[in-house]
Amino acid sequence: MTVPRVPRAVVLLGAQRFDPTVKAAAAELGVEGPISTVTAGWQEREGEDQELHEHLGKRTVNLRLHQRAEDVFKRDRELHAAHRAKQEQLRHKQDFYRIRLEHELDATHVIRQRKAPASILEEEERASIEAVRSLDEYHLGQCAKIEAEFTARYAPLERDSVVRHRRELAKILGASAALAIAGGHVATLLNRMRLFGLSELLDGQAVLAWSAGAMAISDRVVLFHDSPPQGPGAAEVLDRGLGLCPGVVALPQPEIRLKLEDEQRVSVMARRFAPARCFAMASGARITWSEGQFRSPSRVTRLGEDGRSSPVQPTDEDLG
Amino acid sequence: MQVLAIHQLEQSEPDRAKVDAWMANRRFPVIEGNRATFVFRGDVEGVTLRHWIYGLESSQSLQRITGTDVWYLVAEIPPGSRVEYKFELHRSGGNQWVEDPLNPHRARDPFGANSVLQAEGYQIPEWTRPDKLSRPGQLESFGFESDALGGVRHGHIYLPARFRRSRLYPLLVVHDGSDYLNYASMKTVLDNLIHRLEIPDLIAVFLDSPDRLREYGNDERHARFLTEELVPYLERRLPLMDRPQMRCLMGASFGGVAALSTAVRYPGFWGRLLLQSGSFAFTDIGHRNRRGPLFDRVVEFVNAYRAEPKAISEKVFLSCGVYESLIYENRSLVPLLDATGMQVKLVEARDGHNWENWRDRLREGMSWLFPGPLMMIYE
Repeated sequence: MTVPRVPRAVVLLGAQRFDPTVKAAAAELGVEGPISTVTAGWQEREGEDQELHEHLGKRTVNLRLHQRAEDVFKRDRELHAAHRAKQEQLRHKQDFYRIRLEHELDATHVIRQRKAPASILEEEERASIEAVRSLDEYHLGQCAKIEAEFTARYAPLERDSVVRHRRELAKILGASAALAIAGGHVATLLNRMRLFGLSELLDGQAVLAWSAGAMAISDRVVLFHDSPPQGPGAAEVLDRGLGLCPGVVALPQPEIRLKLEDEQRVSVMARRFAPARCFAMASGARITWSEGQFRSPSRVTRLGEDGRSSPVQPTDEDLG
Repeated sequence: MQVLAIHQLEQSEPDRAKVDAWMANRRFPVIEGNRATFVFRGDVEGVTLRHWIYGLESSQSLQRITGTDVWYLVAEIPPGSRVEYKFELHRSGGNQWVEDPLNPHRARDPFGANSVLQAEGYQIPEWTRPDKLSRPGQLESFGFESDALGGVRHGHIYLPARFRRSRLYPLLVVHDGSDYLNYASMKTVLDNLIHRLEIPDLIAVFLDSPDRLREYGNDERHARFLTEELVPYLERRLPLMDRPQMRCLMGASFGGVAALSTAVRYPGFWGRLLLQSGSFAFTDIGHRNRRGPLFDRVVEFVNAYRAEPKAISEKVFLSCGVYESLIYENRSLVPLLDATGMQVKLVEARDGHNWENWRDRLREGMSWLFPGPLMMIYE
């Protein structure tokens, strides 16, 4: 078995729908030759990728992970049933995590409104954030446990139904200079990439990812929306990501999802996920991870622990 | 004190021409801050404002501006309010209830229509209006022979756009289904909320009853019909998720009682409840509620539940207008439900017991009970 080589660079991008920048990002990296694409986040519309194909100079090859997964599930009923059962387990876990999370975040909010000597307030506030962090970690641990049990019992990567597709995928990727991962449904996207062990098939290719794609390749997927219709939204951890781009929480579509002027929300988010950096990736935003550090930020906003959000600068010290 | 437009008119000792000029290009009722001026113009002997705001006199007389055919009444209406009303005209010894001829806003209901005052800050939510970007779902009518109820029950099944038999869907069962469709724009609302990812693709069943006051007001047969007959029938016919969390029962007014009493009879089966202005009448002493004998079985049910509250669902969303008397009963129910460990949310609105109030609360209720993939999709 070959040892996968990490991508030579990972570029995180903002939403591409109205302001596509992936072509420019690929050019900047000197990507020449075919580009494999993943549009599994679009689910049944996975194949509707003509615009992306045109934008990238008609040199894309869609890995069709969604369609391949459907094929696997059709051929391998046992794996399909086990996968469904695992997803059901994860849904239950997410429900319970959410119940506890809402209470922990409420406590943080209440403590912030209280009047007390500054030292006590600071200590209690820190403790309340710590409680949220600990809950997030617990939940991630639960997800990892369920995933590990599934893998140990059903060994998806060793099953005939998956192996055949993996061979094809390895061949396509092997001939590609880069992998582009589009947004969409982040859980579906993550599941499909994980089902085929996509990150282990990489062999040094550059990775360009946007929206849900950027979230799925970080080491922790955080779902968020500050003003959903049902009331104030609580950001929640979904699962571990593929970990191709560590130490970052990617927050796409901040224009419609984040209240960056709300210092309390910004501060809680930044402190909750520290030391990971919370990057709001607006349309047109771009930042590159290579050789262990972030470079060339453009239109990326960082959420600060002090509640302020500010543009990430190339000269910022802690990008490594 | 604020000088209102109507006072300026009155002080001008108006003749017909002045009245005509004053009325031209003006919207009625006239809203000035938290003051609403109701205006009627016509040859009558008296005009009375009829409304359904609990807490205010339900009948208030308009006064005439001397020498004119203009009648008016100034009322304090808090911002954000929505008030349904009619005018009662008195002439030749008789009375007649009419919609406000100067106000184009109407709310329809099974009894006809009312005029609607939209106070400052109130806007018809845009998600209740048809949106050409939203793919429309399909409505199919159906009939179902119920052993429990001893007859056929009719309704409509809503299938979301891009419905696929290979997918599994949550189920929403709606009491007074045709009224929700006709007077609360519920199909449009479902189409829009699904399109906006605020609720998931779901299957909704809109039920009608030929005798709602009997069947909805705490009737064991109705609960059996829903739970033991209808749901198994739907599950055989449609790809539904077979989990309580994916099953919601909803209704307004007596429909709310039907939903809650059914859930109480089948604890754990209906994992989501959406109760709008539920007629949850109860007594703290005695068994006869001031609302009359129609409510006797409701009182019996609510009193029993209040005596021994238990968790029967997982999430319960309630909404109620603050201008309806049932706000008392609904507010009273919340701590009771909450203490059982169910997740409970009550949303109040400056509105009354009517279909547009229930329409306006659908987004908040449904997205809380069935959050859509908004948190999952990042394009």
